[in-house]
Amino acid sequence: MIYLELFLEFLRIGAVSFGGGYGMISMLSEMTASHGWLTESEFLNLVAVAESTPGPIVINMATFIGSAQGGIIGSLVATLGAVTPSFILILLIAAVVNSFLEYKGVKAFLGGVRPCVIGLILGTATTMLLSVLLGIGKSGDVPAPDVFGILIFALICVFSATWKKLRGRSVSPILLILISGALGIFFGYISQEII
Amino acid sequence: MKKNRLLHSLFLTMLKIGLFTFGGGYAMIALLENELVNKRGWLTKDEFLNTVAIISSAPGSIAVNISVYIGYKLAGIMGSVCATLGVCLPSFVILYAISLFFDAFLSFTAVQYAFNGIRACVVYLILTAGIRMLKKMDKTVFSVVILGITVACMISFSLLAFKFSTVFYIIASGLLGLVAYAFSILKKRGEQGRQ
Repeated sequence: MIYLELFLEFLRIGAVSFGGGYGMISMLSEMTASHGWLTESEFLNLVAVAESTPGPIVINMATFIGSAQGGIIGSLVATLGAVTPSFILILLIAAVVNSFLEYKGVKAFLGGVRPCVIGLILGTATTMLLSVLLGIGKSGDVPAPDVFGILIFALICVFSATWKKLRGRSVSPILLILISGALGIFFGYISQEII
Repeated sequence: MKKNRLLHSLFLTMLKIGLFTFGGGYAMIALLENELVNKRGWLTKDEFLNTVAIISSAPGSIAVNISVYIGYKLAGIMGSVCATLGVCLPSFVILYAISLFFDAFLSFTAVQYAFNGIRACVVYLILTAGIRMLKKMDKTVFSVVILGITVACMISFSLLAFKFSTVFYIIASGLLGLVAYAFSILKKRGEQGRQ
């Protein structure tokens, strides 16, 4: 039953993912891979779409994945799943125990969770870096570096560092996505010419 | 009557925020402050900052959490429902529409090339999101150890194709946070006992 599965999976993500949109990425990537809902490149495409469209990232992801797996009803149940835990927990906090997140035990628990979430994001980014740019998905894989991908990654690093230095603030992710898309098209046609 | 008007404007305000913020929860905070504090006067600046501080340590989407909380504070449970519906609706409509055409869109060669570049950029965005959070983290021995272990386990498990759910990382590190807290209490008691 795909609807129930979508609802429960997004319910779980809504309930145990800390650190907002990016904190959810490691969990979302694991979930979509284990169900065979998206390949890694499809997942990264979707993150780009979710980043460059307005609204909360997880709602964007839930709507898209839900729709791909189960049409409009799939979208609805996935989104509902992602929102439900927030609804229950935050209403409880707002209505009953205003100081719930201030309790020492809860604070201590969250104090352990916070560095873990940062570790999860960095770990996910590193494994993606290895597999997308170097072609290393698991140990024993022969490295198959994506030369243009690495070049684009390097150009994006240089561009955003320069932007930050000159303008004093971070460049918007949407601009970076547009630039890397243009570079992708440029290098794509170049490599087609070479071959 | 007055309440209906309030629900109506809550819904519209959050709809506007859902429609005009890109990049998820943290990007939303500045816009929310402008709408809720400066324009509407629904909250004072202090109340707003307090709410954000409380809510961003809870699990789930930050944007949804803030909507539920503020909706409840202003107009009870119906307020929560209207605010959440408002913040999610634009995402839902836009991503559902995109999901219908995305495969057709991806069948163009130029688009495929563009996404080859964009994937490198998305990895960069995830990595820098992690680094940004790392810079803000309180660097105690405890948090650095948790972070180090998480990153090391994630990368090596992924290379060895060993499945270990991210939920367990979160629960385990939260429990370690509690254990560390218990130890700090015992230590304090011991010192007081000696004096």
